[in-house]
Amino acid sequence: MKEKRAPGFWLLAIFFAAYVLFLYGPMLVIVVLSFQGPEGGLTFPMRGWSTHWFHKLADGLGSVDIGSALWRSLGLGLTVMAFTVVFSVLAGLAFRKKLTGGSVLFFVVVASLIMPSIIVSLGIGLEFRLLDAGIKKLLEAWGMQGTLDNYGTALGIYTSALGAHLTWTLPFGLLIMFAIFNRFNPAYEEAARDLGATPWQGFRHVVLPLIAPSVVGIGMFGFTLSWDEIARTSQAIGDVNTLPLELQGLTTTVTTPSIYALGTVTMVVSFCVMGLAVGLSSLLSKRQKAGRHD
Amino acid sequence: MSSHVPNSHPVSARAPGRTLAAWWQALPLTTVFALFFLVPLALVLMVSFWDYNQYEMHPDFTFKNYLAVFDGCISGDDLCVTFKTYLSTLKFSLLVWLLTLLIGFTVSYFLAFHVRSSGVQVVLFVLCTIPFWTSNVIRMIAWVPLLGRNGLVNDALVHLGVVDQPVEWLLFSSFSVVLAFVHLFSTFMIVPIFNSMMRIDRSLLEAAADSGATAWQTLWNVIVPLCRTGIIIGSIFVITIVMGDFVTIGVMGGQQIASVGKIIQVQTSYLQFPLAAANAVILLSVVLMIIWALTRMVDIRKEL
Repeated sequence: MKEKRAPGFWLLAIFFAAYVLFLYGPMLVIVVLSFQGPEGGLTFPMRGWSTHWFHKLADGLGSVDIGSALWRSLGLGLTVMAFTVVFSVLAGLAFRKKLTGGSVLFFVVVASLIMPSIIVSLGIGLEFRLLDAGIKKLLEAWGMQGTLDNYGTALGIYTSALGAHLTWTLPFGLLIMFAIFNRFNPAYEEAARDLGATPWQGFRHVVLPLIAPSVVGIGMFGFTLSWDEIARTSQAIGDVNTLPLELQGLTTTVTTPSIYALGTVTMVVSFCVMGLAVGLSSLLSKRQKAGRHD
Repeated sequence: MSSHVPNSHPVSARAPGRTLAAWWQALPLTTVFALFFLVPLALVLMVSFWDYNQYEMHPDFTFKNYLAVFDGCISGDDLCVTFKTYLSTLKFSLLVWLLTLLIGFTVSYFLAFHVRSSGVQVVLFVLCTIPFWTSNVIRMIAWVPLLGRNGLVNDALVHLGVVDQPVEWLLFSSFSVVLAFVHLFSTFMIVPIFNSMMRIDRSLLEAAADSGATAWQTLWNVIVPLCRTGIIIGSIFVITIVMGDFVTIGVMGGQQIASVGKIIQVQTSYLQFPLAAANAVILLSVVLMIIWALTRMVDIRKEL
């Protein structure tokens, strides 16, 4: 305990503390400011404390219906989460076997991770616009005038935006799966196989319980990354926006603490999801440990 | 798939190296990247050669979009808009890269080599990564009450008598853009560098110390070379993000500062898709060249 600290320890510790302050300070400031009194403005001083700006937010900001944007983003986030977990786990299992073309696939996944988002977004936007043009031509050729008149666009939350989000969340999911399986002891699985378990039984009763606590992390990545996504969604969205896109638009038009209130709300959602993920993950690993003592 | 496919033979189907089962499992992920990544990229390339008018784009094979991008770049005395924008975006990338590298390395070095308890280490590391899972736009506007005309920083400066008038360049300026980039993306540097540092065999450090190396010598000759991969991965993340950015530059620059990503975004909003696509292809080539220069010898998969 009394061992002398290495030279530079305190200097580095101060640097680290300053960095943490730099990370969290501004976020704390807007949480505080979102509770401004009704007379308060965008900066300090605080003119009383109230939840006035949260009520304002619930009524909508300008022409933007915050409530429905929030629900849209929640729905999309949960969908992205589900797809990310399932597809990543499946692909993670695939990469443990002999996967012809696996290195090409891995290269594509990493490329998607580091590709500038605006390019992906533009591409998906183009893809769906060309699809629209194709569908309209077909409808015209088939003489389906009524359907043609009602046809809007294939761009939408659960089509183009969902795909755009998955190109961003799946690389994280797959990389986490690699990290999980690099540390995974195949002995349990082999034992199950030797005892006559089918591949499905081996996965369901042996592999899945072992990796479950980490898979929860993939779900958290899936939801939170989708919940905050802007760059990839921006050109690949249809008529209605997600919450972060609305928020981005509001930064230039809203001049009241309502925007901080919105920030606080989205932060609370992010933190709730993180908390849930940590809770679920530790619950699962506790269960795993309890199971081992049976 | 029928049972005639050689790999689905009952015996090999139970063996671990089942290629067919592996393909089925990789199929959903592969489909997503084919539909929403590879096809879109191919379409960007294709459409960059198309022609367009005010209302629509139509198939063609013309270089006019590329010529339009580089209009005036060869003959003019001043730098053309495209070169200016790339120069400014590259300047941001370089500055943000240097700052995030410095901060990321220092923070990781402290966590990896100066924090003794592994429990504390994990907690502090998670503390550095939590903001990554919160909204970027929120983290940007969080600077407004600090840096604005009547913000905390200006108040403090005026109170302390450093300046008479509130300074204007703190917000909606190149300064605030760089600050926000560092704030948002230093995590991308910390995570890979910390990961590399944690893999360094501690006995190497003892050996260096026993051989009489100073802390600086150990840092420079042992630790830095051994975290090269982490540094390169972090650098790729940060540089590609900044090169293609339009959200941070837009919000923190008060929509007044140009960037390559912003050009593409604006052209898309005017439905000038072929022009936007040509710009995207050029941006992609520049980014690929940077990545190629950075990665020549790193195998990312070994790092996980």
